[in-house]
Amino acid sequence: MGDVLIFAEHLGGHFPKTTLTAVHAGLDLARKRGGNAIAVVAGDAPDALAGEIAKYGVSKVIALTHANLKNYLADAHAAALTALVKKTGAEFVLATATAVGKDLAPRLAARLNAPMASEITAINDDGTYIRPMYAGNAMATIELDGPVKIITVRGTAFDAAKPGDGAAPVEKVDAEIDSAAAKTEFVSFNQTKSDRPQLTEARIVVSGGRGLKSGDNFKTVLEPLVDEMGAAMGASRAAVDAGFVPNDLQVGQTGKVVAPELYVAVGISGAIQHLAGMKDSKIIVAINKDEEAPIFNVADYGLVADLFKAVPEMAEEMKKLKHS
Amino acid sequence: MKILVPIKRVPDPATTIRVLPDGSGIATDNVKWVINPFDEIAIEEALRIKEKQQGEVVLVTVGQSTWQEQLRTGLAMGADRAILVKTDGALDSLAIARILAKVVSDEKPELVLLGKQAIDDDSNQVGQMLAEMLGWPQATFASKVEFADKKVTVTREVDGGLETIAFNLPAVITTDLRLNEPRYASLPGIMKARKKELKEVPAESLGVDLAPKLKIKTLAAPPKRQAGKKVGSVQELVGVLHTEAKVI
Repeated sequence: MGDVLIFAEHLGGHFPKTTLTAVHAGLDLARKRGGNAIAVVAGDAPDALAGEIAKYGVSKVIALTHANLKNYLADAHAAALTALVKKTGAEFVLATATAVGKDLAPRLAARLNAPMASEITAINDDGTYIRPMYAGNAMATIELDGPVKIITVRGTAFDAAKPGDGAAPVEKVDAEIDSAAAKTEFVSFNQTKSDRPQLTEARIVVSGGRGLKSGDNFKTVLEPLVDEMGAAMGASRAAVDAGFVPNDLQVGQTGKVVAPELYVAVGISGAIQHLAGMKDSKIIVAINKDEEAPIFNVADYGLVADLFKAVPEMAEEMKKLKHS
Repeated sequence: MKILVPIKRVPDPATTIRVLPDGSGIATDNVKWVINPFDEIAIEEALRIKEKQQGEVVLVTVGQSTWQEQLRTGLAMGADRAILVKTDGALDSLAIARILAKVVSDEKPELVLLGKQAIDDDSNQVGQMLAEMLGWPQATFASKVEFADKKVTVTREVDGGLETIAFNLPAVITTDLRLNEPRYASLPGIMKARKKELKEVPAESLGVDLAPKLKIKTLAAPPKRQAGKKVGSVQELVGVLHTEAKVI
């Protein structure tokens, strides 16, 4: 009762920060529900990573091993995790609502006939959860009914777990995956290469909108400011739709949700759907030549200016600040 | 190829959402109802597939009788017929998926295409749950779908870029924003839609478990962000960010 299996997503031999967020939330959930937090690392050879995550405060780590778990694929992973839930008698499975978490968790929920709470922002003591609806314009208090419950957490709503002195025991478990659950073939992953901080992990995010007018302008006008500030770069849906930047930069209701210390919105009007992805940022700055732009309603500091002048100026000021 | 496209009725994305004072829901008096934008993209993709290879596009929705309006819009875009599974209750994603699985077993489509999430609930669960219940492969957040006979290759928008996976039909695909741009219904399309078959089926008659396992207890408005101040120059901006906000 109350045991939580934490799905520890990994890629390229590393855990993204979102996995440490899942660990933190999983530890919190286990504490509140009176159970143990068990991290699960799935893969064809997950031992080393399992040893890594063991240092983050969980009671145990399961290295869920199988050739079909080499690349993440929903059907194989859902089958393997289902068998593990039944084997361990866990009450909860928790993951961060990343692209993998969102793809996997509902499939797992259906396989277990378990209800699922998507992208929660809080775990209440009374057994309920809070999650955003209507692009974050309504916060719902929900309850889940059943012997097993599946939960994904919004990455920005929880802190990241920190490593401690001890290391939990690691148990290797050979996954059970029926052949019917291995119908999908992984073909390729076209990863957007960047030396910049990850959008979901950066302390500062500078986003560009349709006002930048072209992908070239993102490079020549916005990127110098992004780099002077040591920031991650984001974009509005409009900029991605127009082909200015790749899809993984989109911030918004249906893109990435970020909550950095500083969010600078450049040439972004501030549609509800964009706000849904950044309104929990600590400080919001808006630079837009339209003083009526809705973004100014949420900006702590607003500058009504032509971004093609203001952004290079700001990059200069940042340089001066650094050297002062 | 028969393609089933489940759609949902949602408030127009431009609606100002107001939570009712008693937290029981949102105010609906000012709401314009539309097809969930991601489901529109699914209808469009289904129509394009039908235009390339022979087939039939069947729409299904699980909701009140008034949702016929959205089915008619889909029929006007070019879908062939529609099914309304009538319910007044608040069904959770598992129940919706079970209903759709029953419709799939009756209709036997080779492909189910639907939006990745409904913009009211934002749960992003039904497509994946349906795929599991059917034992079919799933491809979520699709930005490109290609067919070579029964083999489908789907490019998906994921966190770090674009991932490509492949599988054989039958399968469930959920749509993302950049898969296509949906067409508007033409006037001839709207006229034709009136004569296309739209049948209503009570949800209870499908023999699936509808009892909710997820319940929404109450809604609350989120903490409101106040507008701050306008600054007069870049210099002033950098200054306050440094000395006042202390974020740089």
